[in-house]
Amino acid sequence: MSQNLPRVPLWVSFASACQANKGAKTGCLAGDSTLKRYSAFAIAREAFRQHQGWERAWRSPAPKSSYDVVIVGAGGHGLATAYYLGKNFGITNVAIIEKGWLGGGNTGRNTTIIRSNYLQDPSAAIYEKARSLYETMSQDLNYNVMFSPRGVIMLAQTEHEVRGYKRTAHANSLQGVSTEWISPARVKELCPIMNIDGPRYPVLGGLWQARGGSARHDAVAWGYARACSDMGMDVIQQCEVTGVMTEAGKVNGVNTTKGDISCNKLGMVVAGHASVLASKAGFRLPIESVALQALVSEPIKPCMDVVVMANTVHGYLSQSDKGEMVIGGGTDGYNNYTQRGSFHHVEETVRSLIETFPMLSRLKMLRQWGGIVDVTGDRSPILSKTPIEGVFVNCGWGTGGFKAIPGSGWAMAELIAKGQSPLTDEFSMYRFGEGKFIDESVAAGVAH
Amino acid sequence: MLILHCPYCGVDVDETDLHAGGEAHLHRESTGSSDQDFENYLFMRENPKGVHFERWQHAFGCGKWFLAARCTTTLEVFGTYSAQTTEPPQDIQDAITHKRQGWSWRNFG
Repeated sequence: MSQNLPRVPLWVSFASACQANKGAKTGCLAGDSTLKRYSAFAIAREAFRQHQGWERAWRSPAPKSSYDVVIVGAGGHGLATAYYLGKNFGITNVAIIEKGWLGGGNTGRNTTIIRSNYLQDPSAAIYEKARSLYETMSQDLNYNVMFSPRGVIMLAQTEHEVRGYKRTAHANSLQGVSTEWISPARVKELCPIMNIDGPRYPVLGGLWQARGGSARHDAVAWGYARACSDMGMDVIQQCEVTGVMTEAGKVNGVNTTKGDISCNKLGMVVAGHASVLASKAGFRLPIESVALQALVSEPIKPCMDVVVMANTVHGYLSQSDKGEMVIGGGTDGYNNYTQRGSFHHVEETVRSLIETFPMLSRLKMLRQWGGIVDVTGDRSPILSKTPIEGVFVNCGWGTGGFKAIPGSGWAMAELIAKGQSPLTDEFSMYRFGEGKFIDESVAAGVAH
Repeated sequence: MLILHCPYCGVDVDETDLHAGGEAHLHRESTGSSDQDFENYLFMRENPKGVHFERWQHAFGCGKWFLAARCTTTLEVFGTYSAQTTEPPQDIQDAITHKRQGWSWRNFG
């Protein structure tokens, strides 16, 4: 019951919020939280006063002139980084700066799949950390992120995939990640709407992670923003970073559209725009930005209670709580910043998906959208120090960042606070020159 | 859908008949190159928000590779040209300058 919370009014008038915060005391400590807890009691209390007492979930302050740490990018990864800086390391003099609106980039554009069945050990460590943090996120944040561990099947539809996923299942058992290889009959049992007989794409089995699933992507960003704001951090939206100020190879602040902000440490967590921001700081990243698309159907009655990833046909499918079939497609082959993918990719995705899921052919598709994903050479992320002292970068999550949000934030916070984290050691931006790839592109076949 | 002009066939080609090949005008490193140069050659791709030069293959046509100048924020194509060159032809550069004053890409512009 306590999980069924009403949605808190989100659409804050930015200007009036800034006005309201002028002169207000900022930087309250985690200890003297004034935040109202969401609970069944709170719902009952508000019901008696026409829901007049709900407050904005986070403040919208004007930026201060100086912070200990500035995080650029208020998406899931940036907000999670700030949250764990405060929660794990007590660093709360933090600003999270966002060019657009909170969670409006890839955090609000993904297909919300959560899993950790990766082949390589460094990947399994950080993705499993993330998945385990999702398990208790609603309680930790006092915000219902609707984590639904409904299980994820990665379909094997070629002999190559069968070998690959069996190998991954063995690797996962050594890593302590709970997955199993399942037969076509078990796949059919878990997902009856699937046609497993082919002819072009017969289902030969699957890699099953029972504690994988999905969560509400917007709520993840909102929950972290609320918790960060409560710790006294400033979430500053509609504020674009226009330059990075350095002195003798060390960062000392950022220029923004709302004035200069000085800081001791800077975290760049901007996904598709990582290269753009890095160039402002004067270094390059082994990243290319491409469009990745997704689409949803009209809402229908519950027909599928697992998440299915079909890499051979480039389709990822789940059913949302609203009843829409949520479909993720493939990336375009060329660099792009338009947040709009090629239309023929939609056709390709749907054309091949309806062979495995024949009932989809009768559905109307309602919406289609794109996000700009930052892809590295080995399809693994970068969480790293940079050539500039005090600047840390978290990017390269490519087509699979949502599932990693809490683990990424946990690791990135440790990297920023202590200068080193066991979870990020292998994800250095220098690993390419050293030949130390974390090669998930081979393991996943395509997107992951 | 992108439509690029194949400079060999002389026809406008839909994206579905093309294969994207990534950054153009790469200088292939060889023996005697430094580790840094090799890393840049292998992994450090240009990723501009704006003018970009790319390789494309007319996969379901003549099969040949050609080069294109394109904007990554608007998908506007400034022109395509033969791959048998180490730098964009002057008319392509002029066409870009006409649309994007002050553009630069690596050492060009």
